[in-house]
This record gives sequence, structure tokens and C-alpha cells, in this order.
Amino acid sequence: MKHLTEYRDAARVREVLDEIHRLTTRPWRLMEVCGGQTHSIIRHGIDQLLPDGVEMIHGPGCPVCVTPQELIDQAIAIASLPDTILVSFGDMLRVPGSRGDLFQVKAGGGDVRVVYSPLECLKIAQENPDKEVVFFGVGFETTAPANAMAVFQARQLGIPNFSILVSHVRVPPALNVLLSAPEVYVQGFLLAGHVCAVMGYWEYEPLAARYRVPMVVTGFEPLDLVHGIRMAIRQLEEGRAEVENAYARAVTREGNRPAQQLLATVFEECDRNWRGIGLIPSSGWRLRPEFAAYDAAQRFAVEHINTQESPLCRAGDVLKGVLRPNECPAFGTLCTPRKPLGAPMVSSEGACAAYYNFGRVEAPKQPGS
Amino acid sequence: MCLGIPGKIIDIYEQAGLRMGRVDFGGVIKEACLAYVPEAQVGDYTIVHVGFALNIIDEAEAHRTLELFNQIGLLDEELGDGALEPDGTNK
Repeated sequence: MKHLTEYRDAARVREVLDEIHRLTTRPWRLMEVCGGQTHSIIRHGIDQLLPDGVEMIHGPGCPVCVTPQELIDQAIAIASLPDTILVSFGDMLRVPGSRGDLFQVKAGGGDVRVVYSPLECLKIAQENPDKEVVFFGVGFETTAPANAMAVFQARQLGIPNFSILVSHVRVPPALNVLLSAPEVYVQGFLLAGHVCAVMGYWEYEPLAARYRVPMVVTGFEPLDLVHGIRMAIRQLEEGRAEVENAYARAVTREGNRPAQQLLATVFEECDRNWRGIGLIPSSGWRLRPEFAAYDAAQRFAVEHINTQESPLCRAGDVLKGVLRPNECPAFGTLCTPRKPLGAPMVSSEGACAAYYNFGRVEAPKQPGS
Repeated sequence: MCLGIPGKIIDIYEQAGLRMGRVDFGGVIKEACLAYVPEAQVGDYTIVHVGFALNIIDEAEAHRTLELFNQIGLLDEELGDGALEPDGTNK
């Protein structure tokens, strides 16, 4: 298949890996920002083919994982209301809330549905005029244009029984926090290709300059990943710290202007709480006041929920790249995809799920142990 | 969630005021919203995420990237026997 097969060509991947081995003279720590990239790296074992000492640290780019517990509890509470249809992307259903998850609401008779595109919610709302249809809209900049369009279209078409429980997060403010955190030690970044397809990469240029770290816009196929790693290591070896684009077929510096325009029409910046990281100023989007009628958090006055997170789950350390999933004492024993303690074990982009599903069960031996 | 896959636009139409199209992902055909790619034409490749086309794949850039990889390969061949073996390539 065009634009896919050629980027999975093992011979080419091996050549780029050889090139990485030739140009690497010392250890480097790189972070891939996006959870989709984490899964691709672990699935293909790319991290194990890198030179000794070159480490891939897994970043916070898993929207389901960074969604705070309060919001998941709020979605569960809304899904439990009568005459309500809660619609979500699939991997949100098994994320544990303080008491149960969305699957359990569904099993108990609640109407919880999974869609591929947020636009499908509008159809569900039109077909069920006597029900409230609520879309649980989380995600990074990649997903935001789709959710923005669902809200915009609901207003255009006059669909009164649709609303959205929205919690969008943005990558650049989170990277700023990670780069200034003393416990996080990363020397270069692979930027999330599809986030940049929407937003461009100009926002990262001040970060690369301020913290003196190379950042390379990177895709998701094996060849894209090794290409991004090669460009980041070359910058490090040459003492440069710039934003480069290893995914030029899909990403421009400016990004997708029509998508950015609709985002600005529907959303405004706000502070957001990130699970495991805490409050990050201006790191999210919420609905503008003009679209408040479609805000599920306002439409459904859900009572204050006492949130409870498992004290054993170290999702926060995993999301910051401080702890590898298989170094967590609960990994694979108390916490598995069937019985997760936290979101990174169930999300299709969670680092814990990647390690579990691709057999990285043993923690690496520490030097000297 | 931020994964997206490339597919070929096979037709374009309007639905409820939105520009939509059908996209062929290697035999699997799905509908996608084309509102964010006003320049899209039938035959273009696009990356689709949660039912929305995010961009049109730049064929010239795709070609250039693949050329670059070919050059890396060529270099490998040319240096062939004389080049030092990289350490631990396939550990």
C-alpha cells in the first residue's frame, strides 16, 4: 500500500540503523512524545536495535492516560443518568474511575457507545431526539479539530440534544514543564507527527532554543522512527539544538490552517490538570462562551465526586519518563490489561500496555546488580 | 489516539454542508470529512484521524525522503568491505 509499505521496509530500516551506529559516539537519552510512537518502537523492537547507551524514554502523549480522574468520574456519572447516551472513543471505556469504569455502566444497562468519528454523535442525536447525547471528547491537538467540528456542526444544524464533555490538552506547554523538571533527564525529542500535522512545529522553536535540546518532527512507521532518531542523534553529536522535520510528506511548519481556524472559533486556551504531572498553565482548550450551550459539564450539574486513585499506580512517573513501566512493582502482577490500576495499562497509547502486550515484562538489569 | 493512516481519496461530495469523501485504505473504504483539506482532489493521498483528513501527503517530499534513504543504502554499498562494522547492530 502506497505511503505505508515503503516505510516498513526492513532493509531500509537496517540501513538507517547502521547509519545511527556509525554516527553515535556516546550515550544519549531521547524521548518520543507520542504514545503511538511508543507502541511502534516497542512493537518493532527499535529501541533494542539502537547503539548501547542510546535510550528511548517514553513521553506523556497518551490522552487517555493524562485525563484526570475527576473527569473520568464525571463521564461515568453522566453515563449513569437516565435517558442519556454517552459516546466515546473505544479505549476510554476500560479506564478505571474511582468506582468502576464505563464498561460496568454499560453492563449495568447504561447506554454507552463507541464511535470512530465524533461526527457520528450528531447522527445518534438526530435519531434519538428524546435522549441526551454526550460525547466524551479528550485528546491532543490531533483530535481537537474533529471534536471542534462536531460542536460547530451541532450549532449549524440546530441539534439541541448534543453536548460534549471536553478536555483537550496541548503538547508544547507539557514539554516546557518536563524540560524544567529536575527529575526528568532528556537530551532530545521526537515530536508527535500528527499533532504537528495540525499545529505545525513553529511553537517548538523557542523551546528547542531555550533548553538547548534538538527536536525532530517524526512519523509513526519504523522507517520514520529511525529517520527521526538519526536526525536527533546527528544534532546531538554536532552540538546543534534545532527543530527539524523528519516527516515532511505529512507536516509543514505552519500546519493545517483551516483546522487551526476552526479550533480558534470553538475553543479557547485554559489551564489543565494532567494526571501525574499536575496543573499546567495554558495547556488545554475548553469551549468558548459562545458554545457554552454544548458544554456537558454545564448542562449536567454532576455532584462533587470524591476521587480515588490507586495508591499503587505510578502512572505519573511513567508519563514523565522517570519510571519505565516494567520497573513499577505492580506491573504485570497487580496491574494487567484485564485488571488495570491506571490508564497507561489499558489505553492503546499507554506505555504500560505497550510493554505488557509486546512482552517487555522483565525490568532491565541495573548496572552492577 | 493520534495515529492516522494514509489512504487515497476516491470521491468527494457534500453532506449536511460539509465536504466529505470516501477514502481507500488498501481496500478498506471509509468516509472521511474533508473540511480541513479544501485543496484535496480525487486521487490524492491523505492521513485520516478519527474520521477527518488532516493533510494531503506531499508526493514530492515523500519521494525526497525515500531518495535520502536510497542514498544511505548506496553509501553502504560503496563503502562495502572497507567500512568498519558498526558495533552491536543486531544484538
